[in-house]
Amino acid sequence: MSDLTVSRVAPRGMVTIRADLGGPGAQAALLAATGCVMPGQRRIALQGRRALAWMAPDEAMLFLPPEEVAEVPGRIAAALGAAPHLAVDVSDARVIFRIAGPGARMVLAKGAPVDLAPQAFRPGDFRRTRLGQVAVAFWMTGDGAFELMCFRSVAGFVEDWLLNAARSVDPGLFAEG
Amino acid sequence: MLLLTCPYCGVEAEETEFAPGGQAHTRRESAGADDADFAAYLFERKNPRGVHFERWRHAYGCGKWFHVARDTATLEIFGAYSAQTAAPPEALIAKIRRRRPGWEGWS
Repeated sequence: MSDLTVSRVAPRGMVTIRADLGGPGAQAALLAATGCVMPGQRRIALQGRRALAWMAPDEAMLFLPPEEVAEVPGRIAAALGAAPHLAVDVSDARVIFRIAGPGARMVLAKGAPVDLAPQAFRPGDFRRTRLGQVAVAFWMTGDGAFELMCFRSVAGFVEDWLLNAARSVDPGLFAEG
Repeated sequence: MLLLTCPYCGVEAEETEFAPGGQAHTRRESAGADDADFAAYLFERKNPRGVHFERWRHAYGCGKWFHVARDTATLEIFGAYSAQTAAPPEALIAKIRRRRPGWEGWS
């Protein structure tokens, strides 16, 4: 079994989308503009190198390769047409960490008031919450690892926090199965 | 510790994920109000031992404001509802009356 690792992932393009996302028109427009299906409440749709996360009833976050980010806000704006909306490249605003290996659930459970039991938090689940005293969002990828994003201004703190929390964990508490 | 359910995220989360916003359903005295009424709007708040209606914000989550009805003595949560309203939902009032038969009402 591989070891528990905490690492900063390579820069990723991020586009914040604000619109009335509940309407069928907006969902079809987002699918056409991003190639991603709008996920349900507190979910993230992982599709290859892209992902679309539910942030709030009127807010979504699109993750994509950095080289593709320039053209996407314009495409979203065109697809949403006259509906009130906002689509902005915010790639530099946040940093993403990856927590993988046995005990990854335990690392997050030390600082986030979230039920991280295997039956309660599954791949594709997305949660905005706090880690220690700062706002973060994390989700579970298809391979069972966690990705966590926070504002760049607190990335140093979050990195230290995660590395410290990962120094000693008991993965047995959240053993799968 | 309160366990609040955000009506926008549909998730039950602990109090530390939220920011309190004080008493709900205060009515702002607008231009032309006399000083006493405006002072009452600014400073006078209920402080009940029992059923209370409060504003809360899911500060670490979706960021939305909403209203919560709870009991300040037992920490029982009766329900949460949209802040885009001037009065609590009828179903919630009925639920509180069932749980607290002697309750004097919300206004």
